[in-house]
Amino acid sequence: MQRMYSKKIYILLFLLPALILFCGVLIAPIGASAYYSLFNWKGVGADMEFIGLANYKELFTSNSIGFWKALLNSLLLAALSVFIQLPLALGLALTLGKKVKGERLFLSVYFMPVLISTVVIGQLWLKIYNPDYGILNVFLRAIGLESWAKIWLGNKSTALGAVFVPTLWQYVGYHMLLLYAGVKSVPPELREAAMLDGATDGQINRYIVLPYIKPIIRISVIFAVTGSLKSFDLIYVLTNGGPLHSTEVPSTLMISMLFLRNRFGMGSAIAVMLILLCFGFALLISAIFREEK
Amino acid sequence: MINNSKAARVFIYIGLVFWLLVNLFPVYWMFTFSLKSNSEIFGENVVGLPKEWLWSNYASALKTGNMARYFLNSAIVAVATIIITLAVALMATFALTRLVWKRRKTLNKFFMLGLTIPIHASVVPVYVMLSRLNLLDTYWALIIPYSAFSLSMAILVCTGFMNEIPREMDESACIDGCSVWGIFFRIIVPLMKPAVATVGIYTFLQCWNELMFANIFISKSALRTLPVGVQALSGQYTTEWGPIGAALVLATFPTLFIYIFLSKKIQESFIAGAVKG
Repeated sequence: MQRMYSKKIYILLFLLPALILFCGVLIAPIGASAYYSLFNWKGVGADMEFIGLANYKELFTSNSIGFWKALLNSLLLAALSVFIQLPLALGLALTLGKKVKGERLFLSVYFMPVLISTVVIGQLWLKIYNPDYGILNVFLRAIGLESWAKIWLGNKSTALGAVFVPTLWQYVGYHMLLLYAGVKSVPPELREAAMLDGATDGQINRYIVLPYIKPIIRISVIFAVTGSLKSFDLIYVLTNGGPLHSTEVPSTLMISMLFLRNRFGMGSAIAVMLILLCFGFALLISAIFREEK
Repeated sequence: MINNSKAARVFIYIGLVFWLLVNLFPVYWMFTFSLKSNSEIFGENVVGLPKEWLWSNYASALKTGNMARYFLNSAIVAVATIIITLAVALMATFALTRLVWKRRKTLNKFFMLGLTIPIHASVVPVYVMLSRLNLLDTYWALIIPYSAFSLSMAILVCTGFMNEIPREMDESACIDGCSVWGIFFRIIVPLMKPAVATVGIYTFLQCWNELMFANIFISKSALRTLPVGVQALSGQYTTEWGPIGAALVLATFPTLFIYIFLSKKIQESFIAGAVKG
């Protein structure tokens, strides 16, 4: 069998479809994006003019493009995810992880929003935020807080927060599920031993469970940060970067460069930055967690 | 919960139930306003069950909004993507776990790069490629990229399952005169059913809900998928909420329906995808 399994022809045949698909759609485009980003190019069929790194120079220095603002917004969303969304998810996971009645029901309902299309969630929250008839303002008026009612998505100061809330609503369940799986994998002997030594629930969580699930926390942090850097769907549906770029993130900026302003070279430069940022942050977070060990 | 006081337990339950309602309420509200008229939604009956069940909202979403067509498109794209992803991933995993060659660990790591590459970053090159191949505005414009982006996760999950199949199975099949293809199709693939389910579910959700590619690579309205269709519909019906609600429900209903029956399996497939990566 060993001889049969070492034949080059089989190895090649079994790998070929995957290699073609993977390299053609994922790997080659990275190189292609880097290449296109060096050109002034109005789109498929148009002439390409080589301009070196001018797109990157403009991206980093031009105020009218607003790349820094977009980057800052996505980092702000990342920070909100890590410091609000994850602790909430962790709290839920720890609570559900210690045999609460109705555990399965809670878990399943909390996870449900993850399965709903982001477009649907976006449209639904558009209705929730609607200034006149949206459930949020209707509720605020009903309890006498008329002055709190706002044009949530149309106001520069509230728009980014208003975009974050549905993100939180959708993904808390996802992080909770991962962390819950981790909490459940803690060997019961460890818990029992700690309990016999008189540890409280809080102490068990702090000294037994958290160190045990650290690898999963690391994955959650990476997903939360790279997810925020990549965020597109929800923002596209809710505000499309507006008002006045107050919710602009790199991917909405990229799409408007490509299909509103026909600047394919510049759009590619943003794509390259997105890839670098995602890999950079993934490595950085891994390094931080390794150092703490 | 042994050393918790009763008060603390009640407090925890209040918290859990509160969060339960936070999760359920928007979905409940969506279901109810999909069956209401504007006058109910806008004041008479904001949060209650519909007084008059207005099924005509669904009729307008399906007919005027063309949701039936988009539903079919989404289903075609999803099914084709699942089949291609599974076929390609199972073959690759077989080569990565069973066949004997030097660089297979390196290649496995190479495939795992796909878990970090953002889908959005390849929009321009893939657009250019599809337009050169004359595939824009066909189902393939979505099926090919979706399959490619599902591949890393699929290989990851399949590797875990395939490593658990004992090698003695291969050996005895080999002694019985099975060829490599025979072992793959008759022995390995039938034993991979749990992996197939996990990958199938995960891939289905990814392509059922995807917006950016679907929005850019398809411009013919007859080929739109559900997310793009929902977006278009909400542009058409800016003031009438009922039909929009109906469209939202139509796009969500299949996934939630499957979730009710397969909640555990679906949750497992998300855990498998993340934790092993």
